[in-house]
Amino acid sequence: MSFVEYGEYIQEGDIAIVFLGRESMFPVKAQHGTQTQTKYGVIRHSSDLIGKRFGSKVNCSKGGWVYVLHPTPELWTQNLPHRTQILYSTDISMITMMLELKPGSVVCESGTGSGSLSHAIIRTIAPTGHLYTVEFHEQRAEKAAEEFREHKVAHLATVKNQDVCKEGFGVVGVADAVFLDIPSPWEAIGHAKAALKEEGKVATCS
Amino acid sequence: MEKISVDHRTIKEGDYVVLKRENVFKAVQVQIKRKVIFEKQWLHLDSVIGQLYGTSFEVAAGGTLQAPKPNPEKNPKETKEAGMDNRNIVDDGRSQKLTRDDIETLKEQGLKGQEIVQQLIENSSTFRDKTEFAQEKYIKKKKKKYDNTITVLKPSTRILALMYHGREPGKICHLRYDTLAQMLTLGNVHAGSKIIVFDTCAGLVLGAVMERMGGYGSVIQMYPGGEPVRAATDNFGFPEHFYKTLHEFPLCKVNLLLDGTLSLDKDKKETVSAVDESNGAMSKAPQDSVQKMGEEVEGEKDSAQASPEVDTMEVTSELPEDKEKEERAARRENKALEKKVKQEEKRKKHLEAAALLQGRNADGLVIAGRFHPTPLVLSLLKFVAPSRPFVIYCQHKEPLIECHTKLRERGGVIGLQLSETWLRHYQVLPNRTHPMLLMSGGGGYILSGITVAMDTATSSGPQKTEEPAPKRQKLQDTES
Repeated sequence: MSFVEYGEYIQEGDIAIVFLGRESMFPVKAQHGTQTQTKYGVIRHSSDLIGKRFGSKVNCSKGGWVYVLHPTPELWTQNLPHRTQILYSTDISMITMMLELKPGSVVCESGTGSGSLSHAIIRTIAPTGHLYTVEFHEQRAEKAAEEFREHKVAHLATVKNQDVCKEGFGVVGVADAVFLDIPSPWEAIGHAKAALKEEGKVATCS
Repeated sequence: MEKISVDHRTIKEGDYVVLKRENVFKAVQVQIKRKVIFEKQWLHLDSVIGQLYGTSFEVAAGGTLQAPKPNPEKNPKETKEAGMDNRNIVDDGRSQKLTRDDIETLKEQGLKGQEIVQQLIENSSTFRDKTEFAQEKYIKKKKKKYDNTITVLKPSTRILALMYHGREPGKICHLRYDTLAQMLTLGNVHAGSKIIVFDTCAGLVLGAVMERMGGYGSVIQMYPGGEPVRAATDNFGFPEHFYKTLHEFPLCKVNLLLDGTLSLDKDKKETVSAVDESNGAMSKAPQDSVQKMGEEVEGEKDSAQASPEVDTMEVTSELPEDKEKEERAARRENKALEKKVKQEEKRKKHLEAAALLQGRNADGLVIAGRFHPTPLVLSLLKFVAPSRPFVIYCQHKEPLIECHTKLRERGGVIGLQLSETWLRHYQVLPNRTHPMLLMSGGGGYILSGITVAMDTATSSGPQKTEEPAPKRQKLQDTES
């Protein structure tokens, strides 16, 4: 599995979304020997997760059951650990359509934040596009890069830890689209123009 | 790769483009020596070939589009004389000194839009008294009327969805573009997946899905009636290789495929049985689909009759009337042959699509149309793998509410969500930023969910412990 490619069976190292109810879901990383506690009991990864088909029912020790789902950027948005306020799928869909993102698009984004929009962009531009995302907070930048690696999309994203208003995106003339979600987006407009190709789109939100 | 990146920004002959004037769009194909009507003008598109997409053109006399000259557009901001408010401005309709005829004369003289607007300003007695904002608004309004600039755009989901919603919302079941955006995201439409699409929105939704797939993976379009509708899909101007990933399959044969009794052999009887199927399968299918199937059957009969006629023709003497009859018969035979070839191609396509569907491992389902969604969803969901999203669009929420209930009964779906988005436009100008109008109730509704493995075991989960048990006990009581 990866966030940009469907897999059928859960493998070691995969992320799966454990579903107990619409308001009750959480992501879990499948690892041999690990156990996950839920209110319906224990899920033993080696026997209950690994090798199971995504979408199947998993019986927990106390007699209840849960579903294990394939991760998608939408499910990730609903379940990711918040480090900042995030964008939700409704706004993300508008951004994706208005910026005309599609496979092969090159996108520059700042700030990365908790990676909610980033994951959605990566999914849309795969397999030939690229996302250059800039985050000025060191720990958040590192966490984002780590998550991309874990979700097997690191080859599609570059995380830079710098201030986009001062140093820009780190690339020039390559982007089809730029997205700004920062406190003072007007300060980054010059850099956005530099990062864009001759023709490109800019969107910001607040 | 470099060649492509330059090429795809240049307009070429045969390209599908979107013409834009102010907020009006129209999708056309660029063909030399062909006239196109747009905004009450006939245009020749020959001169746009070779220009970059996004270029604006002036409409010259005769309808040719002229490439823009690099204008020194920078009019120095003259200190405009402006009033403070409109308390002294009386709107008696006499403030404009130029008459309609005067303006027509100016137009005939070939004055550009910009210049006409300038003339109008100079001949308006109240212009100087207006506030600065009012002056800008006045100029903008006049420009809109007299400026004849047309921009040529590269088609995309965004532009085509905007166009269809503004021009012909009825054709796309009033699907507003933000709702379409939601569908693409909720359905996790991305490169490399296998998506089933049912689209009676002129093919707009299909095109949007294909754009997001980028030519990777596959799209299977299910269609009612005889032929899939793809008018809007063509307007996207996809490259050839995208169409290799697009398959189609008729709805009327879905039940056969699900039962495993579908045979796509060269059997004429099969088309007749398919007509019966289409009558039964779709509870609310419109009449034309049945009629179309009927027409197909008749076509077959014609071809069968054509051949013996030709034989008899050739035997008799070559009188002029007979010769004419012979020619007609020959033409009929050609048509019949063409039809056979087409049917053969169709059969092959259906075989391909059936092979893709057979695995029942599609990665998503998108339904958008004027048919009642419930029977569609219940049958098409069988082709979708577990843990995959599906999205259903409907102009009204009532059918989706029923769908929701039926899906709950069926089981095998989670996270069902019926939603509607509202879209509000804002005017953004210094000191004048405010919302323009609220669009609500006009964009349609979406029912979305995720498939899961169907419940095969009788042991129920935490949600269903209460209900089934007592019922079973009661039955046992009455039986004993």
